[in-house]
Amino acid sequence: MPSTPVIGVLALQGDVREHATALAEADALARPVRRPEELDELDGLVIPGGESTTMSKLAVAFGLLGPLREKVREGLPVYGSCAGMIMLADKILDGRDDQETVGGIDMTVRRNAFGRQNDSFEAMLDVEGVEGGPVQGVFIRAPWVESVGAQVRVLATVPSGPAAGHIVAVCQDNRLATSFHPELTGDHRVHAMFTDMVRSAAR
Amino acid sequence: MSSSSPTPSQSPETGTARVKRGMAEQLKGGVIMDVVTPEQAKIAEDAGAVAVMALERVPADIRKDGGVARMSDPDMIEGIIDAVSIPVMAKSRIGHFVEAQVLQALGVDYIDESEVLTPADEVNHSDKWAFTTPFVCGATNLGEALRRIAEGAAMIRSKGEAGTGNVVEAVRHMRQIRADIRRLSTLDETELFVAAKNLQAPYELVKEVATLGKLPVVLFSAGGVATPADAALMMQLGAEGVFVGSGIFKSGDPAKRAAAVVKATTFYDDPDVIAKVSRGLGEAMVGINCDTLPETERYANRGW
Repeated sequence: MPSTPVIGVLALQGDVREHATALAEADALARPVRRPEELDELDGLVIPGGESTTMSKLAVAFGLLGPLREKVREGLPVYGSCAGMIMLADKILDGRDDQETVGGIDMTVRRNAFGRQNDSFEAMLDVEGVEGGPVQGVFIRAPWVESVGAQVRVLATVPSGPAAGHIVAVCQDNRLATSFHPELTGDHRVHAMFTDMVRSAAR
Repeated sequence: MSSSSPTPSQSPETGTARVKRGMAEQLKGGVIMDVVTPEQAKIAEDAGAVAVMALERVPADIRKDGGVARMSDPDMIEGIIDAVSIPVMAKSRIGHFVEAQVLQALGVDYIDESEVLTPADEVNHSDKWAFTTPFVCGATNLGEALRRIAEGAAMIRSKGEAGTGNVVEAVRHMRQIRADIRRLSTLDETELFVAAKNLQAPYELVKEVATLGKLPVVLFSAGGVATPADAALMMQLGAEGVFVGSGIFKSGDPAKRAAAVVKATTFYDDPDVIAKVSRGLGEAMVGINCDTLPETERYANRGW
């Protein structure tokens, strides 16, 4: 395993550039992915923040959804932030009726759970597995995790405020998801944690 | 950078610059569509729009009808908010901060302080820092973009010439903004002071753009996009996403055209995809030649 893993960023829509920058800071080689064949030869994949309904529609329209599901089933390490978390959920609430997800994490995720943009917020969070103090959580029309299966490890919950206690970061095998956007903060510890997951999966 | 170093706080904090600008980051690579009814909003969402702009009349009709164009009826905005799960934006008049207060109270996700509506103040734009709801504003050049950012805009779009179905002004403004940014990047520290004077923009923002090589907020294109190729053109010119106003619902087959514009925006650099999605879309909106448009009917001249 080379020390610089190749990590794709699903580039159908969303904050692709911020994830690519964060991955580069975490010593990974980031590569945008828009076509099924671009999924080959990746060591890991990030599904970025964005609008999950748009991402889902484009993934179906351009024949990516099937290959994405297959890669995740085969064990490709994946990380999803915000819309990416929704894409990795086995079940979603408050989505569109026809909204497809990639799935892979045994959880039920509620879309726009914290409310509209006026309710979007920042808060400091302790994230299990991230050393060096709390992480600045940026929540933008964010989802939360309503419930998880037995195989899923909860890494963070909202510490205070009206939404205190809700699950906002989870991990199942080498699949990671956060409600918040570490890619917007300049703090790359969550991406470093994912990059480590990618490295150890390839060993 | 003003957005990157807020004091970390223990309690949740809403309306921060990072949350406002970050919202626009999530819209990148997407298409925001003007809609006037809940039904149109659903068509836009079905087609893959990342957000809708709720308004009473699309710009093409504002041009046709004349009169004073104002913020939309709250009932109509609420109807659209209830109809879709994607973000909903709405327009206030330039300088009409009470319309903006109403839009914030209604819970819209983004406010467009827009030259498409009749300006309420011919000197001042709204103080956008005073709001929790983020703002997008139009610009024709870098100086104008930075003045709006200084006032608190969390997203910038080219003005273009809304309601014409003619992309020429959007191209002019996007090229101008991008060229202005490139020029800044070539200046040395000393020259940036005069650059700020010439741009009529705050020195700190000018310096930040020179360092970043881009605006500190997301830059979309707006004003005149009517076809998938128009959207892809704006993306290739450096837009990070596209607003489509009259272009969709003034065309022959809005659902199909909307989906095609979304796909062409994602694959803006792949002519095969653009060719494929451009087939069989029916009539495009008729359009207006901007060189026959009197100065007084040019919306891009509104705002300063």
